[in-house]
Amino acid sequence: MTARNRELAGLLLAAVIAGVALASVTIARDAGVSARALTYGALFLTLYLVAHVVIRRTVPYADGALLPLTAVLTAFGLTLNYRLDPDDGGRQALWVLIGVGVLAATLVALRHDYRVLESYRYLFGVVAVVLLLLPSAPGLGEEVNGARLWVHVGPLQFQPGELAKIFLILFLAGYLREKREVIAQGRLKDFGPLFAIWGAAMLVIVQTNDLGSALLNFGIFLAMLYVATGRALFVAAGLALFVGGAALLYNALQHVQERVTIWLHPWTDERVYCALNGRLEFRQDCASYQLVKSLYSIANGGFGGTGLGEGTFTSTDGATLIPYLRTDFIYSAVAQELGLVGAAALLLVFMLFAVRGMRVALRAQDGFSKLLAAGLTFGFALQTFIIVGGVLRVVPLTGITLPFVSYGGTSIVANFLMLAGLLLVSHRASEPR
Amino acid sequence: MNRQIVRLTYVSLALVGVLVVMTTYWQTWAAAGLADRQDNAIRRVAEFSVDRGLIFSWQPRRRLARNVERTVDGRTLFFRRYPYGRLAAHVVGYSTAGRSRTGLERSLNDYLTASNANLSTIVDKALDELRGKPVEGNDVVLNLDLDAQRVALEELGTQCGAVVALDPRTGKVRVMVSSPGFDPNLVEESFQRISRITADCRPASPLLNRASAGLYVPGSTFKVITASAALEAKKFTPDSSFVDPGYCTVYGKRVNNFDTSSPFGTIDLENALVHSVNSVFCNVGLKLGAKLILDTAKRFGFYERPPLESPADERLPSGLYENRRLYYPRLDSDVDAGRMAFGQERMLVTPLQMAMVAGAIGVGGRLLEPQVVDRIVTPGRRVIVQQRPVLIRRAVSRETADAVARMMRLAVERGTGTAAQISGYSVGGKTGTGETGVPGSNTTWFIAFAGRDEETPPELAIAVVLQNQSGTGGTTAAPIARAVMEALLRTTANP
Repeated sequence: MTARNRELAGLLLAAVIAGVALASVTIARDAGVSARALTYGALFLTLYLVAHVVIRRTVPYADGALLPLTAVLTAFGLTLNYRLDPDDGGRQALWVLIGVGVLAATLVALRHDYRVLESYRYLFGVVAVVLLLLPSAPGLGEEVNGARLWVHVGPLQFQPGELAKIFLILFLAGYLREKREVIAQGRLKDFGPLFAIWGAAMLVIVQTNDLGSALLNFGIFLAMLYVATGRALFVAAGLALFVGGAALLYNALQHVQERVTIWLHPWTDERVYCALNGRLEFRQDCASYQLVKSLYSIANGGFGGTGLGEGTFTSTDGATLIPYLRTDFIYSAVAQELGLVGAAALLLVFMLFAVRGMRVALRAQDGFSKLLAAGLTFGFALQTFIIVGGVLRVVPLTGITLPFVSYGGTSIVANFLMLAGLLLVSHRASEPR
Repeated sequence: MNRQIVRLTYVSLALVGVLVVMTTYWQTWAAAGLADRQDNAIRRVAEFSVDRGLIFSWQPRRRLARNVERTVDGRTLFFRRYPYGRLAAHVVGYSTAGRSRTGLERSLNDYLTASNANLSTIVDKALDELRGKPVEGNDVVLNLDLDAQRVALEELGTQCGAVVALDPRTGKVRVMVSSPGFDPNLVEESFQRISRITADCRPASPLLNRASAGLYVPGSTFKVITASAALEAKKFTPDSSFVDPGYCTVYGKRVNNFDTSSPFGTIDLENALVHSVNSVFCNVGLKLGAKLILDTAKRFGFYERPPLESPADERLPSGLYENRRLYYPRLDSDVDAGRMAFGQERMLVTPLQMAMVAGAIGVGGRLLEPQVVDRIVTPGRRVIVQQRPVLIRRAVSRETADAVARMMRLAVERGTGTAAQISGYSVGGKTGTGETGVPGSNTTWFIAFAGRDEETPPELAIAVVLQNQSGTGGTTAAPIARAVMEALLRTTANP
């Protein structure tokens, strides 16, 4: 069985999962399988079949598991977004459509040799830094939930941080491939770029208050540095610098301070000052409201979950319980409606994707490809850890998206770009020559 | 680079693995603790998804609590309405999303939401859930007589106080009213209006159930217990004779009768109770000692929370209090027995306790558990709880009880409680005026029992308390007791 036929079989399975999930949502909400759900299921399958055909024509030797795994993840995302808000579910479907289009366009454009990208590495580096700082540009950025992540250009709005991640990985793959031997010697002058990146990461925190994206990008950088040089000491030093820098900034940045306080002490037994209304409140009713309500949501799922469409996301007066449920907190919706079984299944899909991505990196033959695939895959895993870990109180909560699942256009498109990269690398590695 | 990539794979898997572990933690280990938290709105939504059981009065088809359905986010929720407003507000309590619960709505929540452990409820609930129907709670039928509740509330008017009436033969609580009352429908909608309620006392505390959680100086009603102790100890008889100088000397200090102008001269114990002569009881108390009197009081239920179906913190034990805590004297000399004998000292009692005392005297010394709930019925009309009379203990011997009952009857016939006479019934009662030291702010009492004649056990016992009174128990509380008793006797005569 060739990789492409495995991919086709996997997609059929993913379509069945999507169809059943959408049907159970409509049964729970409208008491009956509406034709709409079946139509959506069919459209979902058609969309991925188109992607499959494009892959067959452009990168026929690419890994056959990545696209079905992506399909399952987007099925989770579409179903939950549709369940929480049918209109946003439709918009999310549109974004998946655009994402598949971007995937197809990238594959078509780079089908001969994606390694031309290596020569534009410095351009990508500059683009990444500009994108990261874009939200703090006056007139463009908008502050949401204490962090500046969004950019408005006319009617369009997007989160440049998501795209910056891809460009940063491209830059690092090219740069580290070129400089890995000299860096590995550990001479101080070769660490200039390292300090530059570190400074940039700190700058991003200061400028945008976006702790999550800084952590993600710096984590990707350290991981790729390690893969390129094999020096664990660099990773330790980098981590120490990051932690030290963050500790210095901790006292200066109220936003970061608050996030850490919420993380360590979400519940208080006594009323503390609440910055939201200027009164004394329990912290669970004020600053950590979102996190605490999300934990209740997860706990309510229990082992088997409430069932799709049966979860509770509004209070008795109809008010929304968890702000940003469909973006940052989509995981607590998964955990409540699908329970431990469903949440663990979702995490297992993330694990499988990570393993397949790393396998692509292992099988790649040149340094740029290896670094690119490893960076993309680790970024994917680390992003999952940061946001789900934040929701689960493993790390302080920061607002980034869950790949392929959260609602959000930029995130979906960026992740399809990542998928395109992995498919291109794996095709080249397995192509008979 | 492959070795590094393999290690990075392990790191990636470990990161996601941590998430699996933590998800398991929150969904299994921590789940129960999180579900119990006050601010867990999901749990609250689940509770309001239950078609909560109804609460009925003793009169059939009178729903004290019912539900209104409202669809919120595609889900049917059931919110409480109390059609009779303040009529039974303190007993029924309220169940709201914003301010949790009180009264039977709290203590019987498991039954009302079908979370009780009875097998039939578990089966019904599972079937409802399978069919996708809202779970139906169990209905509760009370012993309260709504007509008499209304009479009691109207009689109390703007006065602060409480009325408790029960059937001493069975313990069924027929009236339990606290004034000022409140409309439980307002708790959720406009709590401001409840906090603005005023009455003839400050603070008005409309949410406090004075009937079981209000502590008052018992005054002369406590003489019933002192007399019981005196007879039970066989140190005195109803004919024991005393000389009343109009006062009594305790530790060198004079304790005056209520009316010092006309001392009774030579008087026996029976007439001392009929006319409520403080000096006599003061001397009896000094002779008996505090311990003996307190022991007798404990036999009547003092120093324990009266057993009732309402939440424990809405019932307070009666007894000596110091610094808002029950006070347990170690030595006889710790307590001024002379003053305690006529209900002063640090003695504080609840109206529910005093109704139990009057009832036990009326039925020959048997103290029964007060019960406000009659039965609990499944949605399928099956009775899962049927309350039966429960004897707490025999408080005093039949002879003692009957002798004290006779004194109380005489008090209504020709003593301080004549205002409580009901034609065609034999009423025994005892007035009380607890002095707080401030003129016009006395606590007045009337406790009584009523039956067809002296031979048949009384079908009613009652306690009425009023705060901030300038009159005596006989002029203020006894008429209210009579009105409520008449209302109750009317309904039992033609059910």
